[in-house]
Order: sequence, then structure tokens, then C-alpha cells
Amino acid sequence: MSPTTAIIAACLLPLCGAPLIALLGRRENLRDAVTVLIAVATFATVCTLVPAVTAGARPSVHLIEIFPNLALVFQVEPLGMLFALVASGLWIATSIYAFGYMRGHHEENQTRFFFFFAVAISAALGAAFSGNMLTLFFCYEVLTLSTYPLVTHHRSEEAKAAGRIYMGILLSTSIGFLLLAMIATYHIAGTLAFVPGGILTGRASEWIIGVLLLLYAFGTGKAALMPFHRWLPSAMVAPTPVSALLHAVAVVKTGVFTIVKIVVYIFGIDLLAETGAGTYLTYVACITILGGSLIAMTKDNLKARLAYSTISQLSYIVLGAALANNWGIIGASMHIAMHAFGKITLFFCAGAIMVALHKTEISDMKGIGRQMPFTMGAFLIASLSIIGLPPLGGAWSKWYLVLAGLEAEHYIAVGTLLLSSLLNIAYLMPVAVNAFFYPAPEGSHGRQEAPLACVLPLLFTALGSLILFFYPGPLLDLCRQIGR
Amino acid sequence: MSQILGLYNYWIVILLMMAGFYNVIARGNLIKKLIGLNIFQTSVFLLYISMGKVEGGTAPIVAEGMATYSNPLPHVLILTAIVVGIATTSVGLSLVIRIREAYDTIEEDEIQQLDEGP
Amino acid sequence: MIAAHLPILQIILPLLAAPICVLIRPQKFVWPFVLIVSWATLGLAAMMLNQVLLSGPISYALGGWEAPWGIEYRVDLLNAFVILLVALIGAVVLTYAPESVKREIDGDRQPYFYAAFLLCLTGLLGICITGDAFNVFVFLEISSLSTYGLISLGRDRRALTAAYNYLILGTIGATFILIGIGLMYMMTGTLNMADLASRLQGVNHTRTIQVAFAFLSVGLTLKLALFPLHIWLPNAYTYAPSVVTAFIAATATKVSVYVFLRFVFTIFGADFAFGTMHIDYLLLPLALAGIFVASAVAIYQSNLKRLLAYSSVAQIGYIMLGISFGTITGLTAGIVHLFNHALMKGALFLAVGSIFLRINSVQLDDLSGLGKRLPVTSFAFVLAGLGLIGVPLTVGFISKWYLLLAAIEAGWWPVAVLVLISSLMALVYIWRFVETAYFRPVPDDAPPVSEAPLLMQIPMWLLIALAIGLGVQTSLTAGIAQRAALWLLAGAP
Repeated sequence: MSPTTAIIAACLLPLCGAPLIALLGRRENLRDAVTVLIAVATFATVCTLVPAVTAGARPSVHLIEIFPNLALVFQVEPLGMLFALVASGLWIATSIYAFGYMRGHHEENQTRFFFFFAVAISAALGAAFSGNMLTLFFCYEVLTLSTYPLVTHHRSEEAKAAGRIYMGILLSTSIGFLLLAMIATYHIAGTLAFVPGGILTGRASEWIIGVLLLLYAFGTGKAALMPFHRWLPSAMVAPTPVSALLHAVAVVKTGVFTIVKIVVYIFGIDLLAETGAGTYLTYVACITILGGSLIAMTKDNLKARLAYSTISQLSYIVLGAALANNWGIIGASMHIAMHAFGKITLFFCAGAIMVALHKTEISDMKGIGRQMPFTMGAFLIASLSIIGLPPLGGAWSKWYLVLAGLEAEHYIAVGTLLLSSLLNIAYLMPVAVNAFFYPAPEGSHGRQEAPLACVLPLLFTALGSLILFFYPGPLLDLCRQIGR
Repeated sequence: MSQILGLYNYWIVILLMMAGFYNVIARGNLIKKLIGLNIFQTSVFLLYISMGKVEGGTAPIVAEGMATYSNPLPHVLILTAIVVGIATTSVGLSLVIRIREAYDTIEEDEIQQLDEGP
Repeated sequence: MIAAHLPILQIILPLLAAPICVLIRPQKFVWPFVLIVSWATLGLAAMMLNQVLLSGPISYALGGWEAPWGIEYRVDLLNAFVILLVALIGAVVLTYAPESVKREIDGDRQPYFYAAFLLCLTGLLGICITGDAFNVFVFLEISSLSTYGLISLGRDRRALTAAYNYLILGTIGATFILIGIGLMYMMTGTLNMADLASRLQGVNHTRTIQVAFAFLSVGLTLKLALFPLHIWLPNAYTYAPSVVTAFIAATATKVSVYVFLRFVFTIFGADFAFGTMHIDYLLLPLALAGIFVASAVAIYQSNLKRLLAYSSVAQIGYIMLGISFGTITGLTAGIVHLFNHALMKGALFLAVGSIFLRINSVQLDDLSGLGKRLPVTSFAFVLAGLGLIGVPLTVGFISKWYLLLAAIEAGWWPVAVLVLISSLMALVYIWRFVETAYFRPVPDDAPPVSEAPLLMQIPMWLLIALAIGLGVQTSLTAGIAQRAALWLLAGAP
């Protein structure tokens, strides 16, 4: 398969698979098998692009021109490659998990669920491969719209309220700020192409650059920078597989991916470093990191705690980008992958606990490690990875982020990173520790693991965190090439 | 003085126009409104007709001893406009008839009350 | 033969077909006849646009009387495109019509309905095609008079008062236009647009021409329903039969916008309108006020048709906002939104018509659980509604993009921000439908319903396909709009 075909195929496979899934709605087993098949095929297609991209090629596809000098363009570069790999790879795990969960939890309207899920993945891959800001924006909005039915899957009053916040924040930030910033950039630079080194150098004053960067950062509501983070906890009313894939990987990562992409290819890190325009963004990121962690500590609902943890972790990536040096970009992009593996495992575990024991509150989870040893074992591993302890993947990204802070001589950022790690320990470890060190709750009878389809994926992703620590090579190769 | 007397046709037009307009706005009776609208339109017809008149000119029929003719075009135009005006009035009046059938009144405030009523 | 007489055929065909409608027996043949006529009209419009694109503007002397003495029909890029739009909407709506008309209009009145519809179409096409200022007034009245009749056919008795009020205001607007044309004639002695444009150059410092400009602007903004002269619109749209609402919402105001462009830019010229008369000082605040007030009112409506009617007032605000910039990008935005809004609003009102056909109400309260009862129609409504919000990959996004670009080019950041905020208001009122249709349960006593017949689905989906397709393939709409804008600003007649 030629690289250009692969790009198109990767974006279209899930999209074309969606109607197929809808058609097979009545025959559950076949439908689920087809979903997994499409996921595997998509992942395989994405993988075929890796050798070429690592070797320095930047395959691209020009589609139709929408505005003068502004077309729908897909182009694969290392950062997008990395994100596409993570999103499509974890889709396989999530699909398998979703069958176990949706059936184990007796959810209704499963076909609609899998349909929009596939559309959302398609949009995420489209975003990953976007060759200019307009294409990225299109995919970003399609992602918002296609995940709305997922977030409001239960159609309850609660879901409706959450859906309002979700759509309200994501659409208003993207239309209110992001679109404005894009049009302003188009007006200033005459293009919105992603060019290594940026397109704004020498074209705008420091003041305008600073304003634009903030517009872009806040406009990317999916990155959940405070004060536009409320949608993320609200979206947790969704079924857990949605929270797992979309709110640990696809949606939020599209947000931070957009910010990194803008920093590297629209502004260029040199421009940001020279003008110091990133300074304000680093403060916003630091506040979000600490704020998210602090709020997470107060939450007793496991999914809510994980949601705030996600908010905090996302800002690591924004921080890395805002520091505007090579270490920062490497750290930020690695963290996209590392956090994805860690957080998806945690969400899987939360869902597995819900399916097996019907428990959602952390205070009820004492001693469940004896009932669900595999699940809670994976939870422990993933927690350690999020905290950033070796021998788990999260350690690498934090390492590079701290290096970036030191290089930029931004000691507030370094301090924030260290303090936040301590907070991570404080809000994640008690869950795992209490699960194992308390006696099993009364009335429990031995092992009570979730269905195999739920447990296997979470073991796989937990193992992924471990493997990424020992073999970060290919990942690092990709990250090093970003912006070249 | 010549400003007032010399342009008397315009003053008549303006007077009629305002009178008609006032009726359209101020009257609550649907028929009276239509009459106001007619006066308003008529003033415009007069505007057109009087502007076609050339001083000392006669009807534009070639005849011995006549050198100046009035401009016939505005008159022709206004013929069309009169037809349009009649059409508007008749549509308006037929609407009023149907309103009366539906509401049993042609007073605007009463109609409003009936619509907002229980 | 046909090619030489395209402009007049465009008018004559629906005009002559209208009285035939009333004569046809038995009545069941009326609709097929009208259908053929409307699609033939569309075909002619397409041929005419093609001819203009290939060989430049067409000038057609009516009855062989050369301009400026005779009436000239003049077709250039701008009006060829508006004509295509009007003919397209006419054909699509008529295809959709029969079921909906059977439901909403008494049997013996149906032939008259189709006759009036064709007359309205004739009037709108005539306004666009003519190159004679007085002729504009005549066609304007033909379309308006038939519109009053069409609106009064609505089932609700309030349709009658709505039609009456529209008649009063519409006639005042048309008379204002007539005064403006008369004053221009007084100073120049011509009615041909091209001739007027060149002769006005010498006299446009006079008070008379300035007054003429004022009368024309007020008259036209009344017809195109610019805030605050929009008061006739909401009731007219709400109580007219669904088919009529869809047609006039998509075409009538748009054609008035076209006349406004024609008078302001080609006859008076941008220099006079913007430089001397400063029309932008008036248009810009009114457009913005219209956008905000009408969107805010739309949010609180409980009747879906009325909600969309207020949304129309807001959308006209966008069109006029683009025009008020007086720049190429601004005009492009205005013209492109004129097309795009017609497609989206047409589709939305057709969806509303299908809903009414099955549910027999358009009150939001009665539409609970519509997503389950009429999934296809609800989905169509949501798709077209997304366009109204300006979501990417719909035509609404293209309009909004050009509008924002125009605002930023002109250095008016606050205006850009206000436009963005107003899109969010559109989000709110469209989302009211979404939440009603998808989040409220189906009432227990709701009888089972089936989707509207295929004949209604196809036209609706055709408009939606266009509203999405032209949001990606923009060269047709935005490309032509840009060329038209360039050419309007160049001041050539």
C-alpha cells in the first residue's frame, strides 16, 4: 500500500465501517467481530506508514481546495504518526473491552454506541494526519459532534445536563477562540499550513503572537486548560469505554495534540522562545496541573478522580509545548503516549470494578484487591506510570519535561512538576493500596473478576506501560524528528 | 415665496403622503388602514404625473403649431402603478372580508385580544 | 432559437403556466403540470448561467425595443446565480409540495395555490432578471401580491392577519421604492439601470438623488426584513402553509437583498453609497442589532416555525453585515451567505413541513421524543441546523469564515467577536430542538407515526446534500460570489 493510500484508508476505514456496524446491529456477535476487525485493519494500515515517516518521508494527500490557498490536506509527520498509532492501537483494546463492558453492564443501544465510536476514531485519525490547521479544525469539530451522542448515551436528565456542558464548552471555545485565531493567522500569514519552524515568524508583533497563542490554547477546549475544563468531569456520565478511549485518549489527546502541533508548526518553538510568548501559557498550565491534582484528591467517585487527574496530566503536555524547547516537545509528545496507556488502564479498571462489583466510590473499594487481583494489579502499575516512577513509561516523559524546565530555566515549572508528582501519589496510591491491604469486604466470596473481555485489555495496556519503559527507542526516534 | 408657490405640486404630494401614512399607522380599523394606504399611493402617482408635465407643453400628439410636449412616459408608468394599486387594494379588501369571517370584527385591537384570549 | 430568447422564456414560462393551472381539469393533473414547468424553469436558469459563464453578460431587448427606450433584460453573473437559486428552490419545493398541500390547503383551493405559487416565482425571477428600474417595482408587486395570497392560505386564522400586516408593510416598502425610482427618473430621465448608473454620476450631489437613495434603502430594507423593519416576517413565516414558508424564506428576502445590491452598488455606486451617504454607519449597527436581538428572541420561542423565522431575521443580519463592510471579502461573505442561507433555511422549513404532516403540530412541546418517532426527519433537521450554527463541513461555515475574515481585514475585531458570540446563540436555539427530540421521552399517548413519504424526503435531502456538499466544494458558490463581488465593486453596470 502506498503511503498516500494508507493515509486515506486509515481515515476512511472506521468511517466506512460505521454504517456496516449499524447494518449488523441485530446480530451482536458478528457486529462485535466486525468492529474488532476494522480496528485491527486500521491499526495495521497506520503501522504501514511508520517506516517511511521514521526514515524522514512526509507523505501527503491534497484533497479539495476550500478557501483560496487553503485546501483539505492530510500529511503525516512524526507527531501525527505517534498520535495515530496510540489512538488506533488503543481502539483495538477498547473495542474488546467495550463488548465485555456493554454486555456485562447491560447497556442499551449498543449499535448506536459502536457506530459513533467508529466515527469518532475516524475523526481522531483525521486530526492526527491533518496537513493544515483547517483540516485539523474540521476533524476537531467532527470529533466533538460525534462524541456528543456517546457522552449522552444514557439519555437521562443527568446525561442531558452533561451534554450541554460538553457541547457548550467545546463548541463555544472552538468557535469563539480557535476559529478567530485561525482566521487571524490566515489573514496575517496567508496560509494555515503546518510548516516546520512556523508560519508567523517576522509577520506579527510580539503582542499579537502572545494573544494568538492564548486564543489557540484556550480555543482548544479539548485540552481542558482551566477554566475551560468543566466538560471533562461532566463527560464521565458516559459509559466507561467512552471515558476510557475518548476521554483518556482520543478527545483529550486531540486537544493537546492540537496545541503541540500549533506550537511547533504554526508558531515554531524558536519564535516562541524568542518572544517569550509562551510564558503566560506556562503559568496557565502550571495552575491547571496543580488545580487538577488538588481537586482530584477531594473526589470520592473513582471516575471523577480520574477525570481531574486527566485534566492535570494534560497540562503536562501543554507545559512541555509552552516551554518551547526541544526537550519540552519530546517530553510533551512522549507524554501523549505514556499518559494514554496509563490512563486508559485506570479507566478500564474503574469500569471493570463497576461491572464486577457495581462500585463507583473509592471509599467502598477497600479490600477489593482480593476479589479482583488482576484488575487492581493493573491499576497499581498504571498509577505508578502516571506518577512517573520507573520502571514504567511515565518516567520517561516526566524526565524530559523536567529537563525542558531546567533548560528554559523555568524553575516554577520544574517545581510544579515535582510537586504534582507528590500529589499524584497522594490521590492515586490510596486506591490501589487500600484495595490490597484491607481485608476483603464482608459477604464477598473469593474471586469476582470482571468478564475476560474486560480484564484482558486492561492487562494488555498495563503491560504496554511497562514495555514502553524498557523499549522507548522507536517512540523516541519519532519524537526527536518532530519539527524537523 | 416661489419655493412654496412654485413647487405647490410637491407640497400637495407631501401633504397627501403624510395624511395617508398617518392613517395607516394610527387607525385600528382595517378598512381605514387600507384607505390610508390608497391615499399614500395616490400621492406618489401625483408625484409622477406632475413631474412629466412640461410648462406650456401639450399632450404628446404631433399636431400643427405645437413644439413642446409633456413627457408621456411617467403617465404610462403610473398607469401600471395604478393597476398595481388596485390589485393591492382588492387583495387587501378580500383579506379583510376573510378576517371578518374568522374573527367577526375588523378592529385591530379586538383581533389581537381574540388571538391572545383564552 | 431557445438560446437567444432565454431571458424572456425564463419569465414567460411560469407566467403563462399560472392561469393554465386554474383551468386544468381534472385537478389531479395540476401538480404534474406545475412540476414540469418548475423544472423546465430551473433548466432554463441553468442554461442561462452556463451561457453567462461562457460568454459574459446577456442583454435582451424586450420586444426588440433597444435600451434605454425599451425594457432591457440583463443577465450577468450575480443575477444569473440568484435566478438559479430561486428556480432551484422553486422546483425543489414544488416537488415536495403535493402531500403537504393536500394536508394544509382545502381541495378546491389547490389549483389557485399552484397558480399563485407560479406567479410568485415569476415575480421573483423577474425582479432578478430585469435591467429596468421601474420593471423591478412591477415584478416586486407581482411576487408580493401572490405572496400575500399564499400566506393567507394557512390553516390558522392568524395567517389572515399576518398576510394583511405583510400587505400593509410590503406596500409601504414598495411605494417607497417607487418614490425612489421616480426621483431618480426626475433627475436623469431614464429608467434603464446601466443608463441610470452613468447619468447619476453627474447629479449625485443633488439633494433629490440623496433623498431617492434614502427612500430606496428604507423600502428595500423593509422588503428584505432588516431589523427593525422585520416585524412582518415572524407571523408571516409562522402561519403560512409549510410549503409557502419554505419557499419565501429561502427566496423572497434573498431577492430583495439582490435588488439592494443592484441599486446600491451598480446604480448608485459604492463610492456614493459608502463615501457620500455613509450607508455603512446605518447598516452595520442595525445588522449587528438584528443578529443579537433576533437570535435572543429565537431562543425563547416555543413554536418551531417561529423560532426559525426569527433565526431568518438574524441570518439576514449576517448578510447585511457582510455587505456593510463594503469590501470584496465582505461582499463575498454577504453574497455567499445569501445562497447558503437559502439552502439551509429551505431544508429546515421542509423538515418542519414533514414534521407537521405527521405530528400535526410544530410546537416544541409536542415534539418530545421526535428522534424516536421520526428519526430520519429529525436527523435532517439537526444536520441543516448544524449548518446554521456554522459547523465546519457545512455551507454555514464557509459564510462565517468569509464574514470573519472581512471583519478582521477591516480591522474590526470587536465585530468578529460579536459574530462568533452570535453563532453560539444559534447553537442554543438549535440545541433546544435536539434536546426536545432526543432527550425527552416519547409521550405515552403518542400514536405511532411513519416517516414522511419519499417524495417529501428526497427534496429535503437534496437541499441538505447541497448544504453540505457546497460546504466542501466551495468553488461554485464562493468562487462565483467573489467574482460577483469584485465586479460589483468595480462599479461597472
